[in-house]
Amino acid sequence: MTTGRTPRRVLVVTPAYNEQASVGDVVTRVRTAISDAAILVVDDGSADATAAVARQAGAQVLSLPYNLGVGGAMRVGYRFAARNGFDAVVQIDADGQHSPEDVPALLAALEHADVVVGSRFAGQGGYAVGRLRRAVMRWLARRLSRVTGTLLTDVTSGFRAIGPRAVAIFARVYPVEYLGDTVEALVIAARSGLRVAEVPVTMHQRAGGTPSQTVVKGVIYVLRAVAMIGLSRFQRWPFATAASADAGKEST
Amino acid sequence: MTGAHLLTLIAAVATALFVLELVRRRQIRDKYAVQFLVLAAGMVVLAFAPGLLEWIATTLSIIEPVNALFFLAILVLLASIVHLSWEISRLESETRTLSEEVALLRLEVEVHHEHESRDTE
Repeated sequence: MTTGRTPRRVLVVTPAYNEQASVGDVVTRVRTAISDAAILVVDDGSADATAAVARQAGAQVLSLPYNLGVGGAMRVGYRFAARNGFDAVVQIDADGQHSPEDVPALLAALEHADVVVGSRFAGQGGYAVGRLRRAVMRWLARRLSRVTGTLLTDVTSGFRAIGPRAVAIFARVYPVEYLGDTVEALVIAARSGLRVAEVPVTMHQRAGGTPSQTVVKGVIYVLRAVAMIGLSRFQRWPFATAASADAGKEST
Repeated sequence: MTGAHLLTLIAAVATALFVLELVRRRQIRDKYAVQFLVLAAGMVVLAFAPGLLEWIATTLSIIEPVNALFFLAILVLLASIVHLSWEISRLESETRTLSEEVALLRLEVEVHHEHESRDTE
């Protein structure tokens, strides 16, 4: 890590819902990849041994009383970070899709951005998706690129790192709708004047558990994303950062 | 355009403006906002295309077009109420779970405190 002046306090947040098969391995690999980071697993109302496995592997565990979805779990993580003085948060999935070895690259990109998205399509290969799904993802990425003023190729990626300004905002305004977090978080970032960037990462097929994607859910996801982008024009953005308050309005 | 159509148009625009103001102030979640905006859009369409209502009435074999309108309106209201009942049921079970969680945590804190005061003696 080539962090400049101030040493960063990094928190890695892993939302986990019934991921006992893979969460332990993810925690262990995160600990070796970035030894100076704290690891928080948010157990999102799991019915299996997710919490116990994660604790065993050396993570701090927050157990939610019932399932809130990834967005809800992440907001708890951001609030934990804001309350305990962390100034960078990395989101990494518990199913083994994301490589902890890519985290230092995400953190390094925080030098020039507030939100860094790990993209599976920006170079490093190894991830296959269906043709229709790919086309829809491309279209969403184009729209989001316009909103954020940055070229984005993978807006549904849940592999991200955010800096101190974003932590302060996400701890207060974060999308909690089921499965709606990835795209909406970028809209919130853009409208709040945060700088968004993208870094190529390797993604693998899931190591365990069941994917939370069906066709119907996918359609609802896209419709919700479109509605959210539209409605966000009308919303007040009280936490917009003064430094670049007009960045959301199409400037770079 | 008849008076009834004008009235429909005014009601639709007022609904849309009110909902958008709630959106702006973050007083309404987007899933509800979208429902009412779609409803307002439907009302605008009906206001500008009076032939549409007659067509719907004939298709449903309802003699008076206005009765078709009432029928559709009642259906929409019913759907909205069922949706709200579903949301409330979820909220009820979630608050119940939260209360139980607080009670369990309170007990754990008390036990913890007792242990601590015993240790310091």
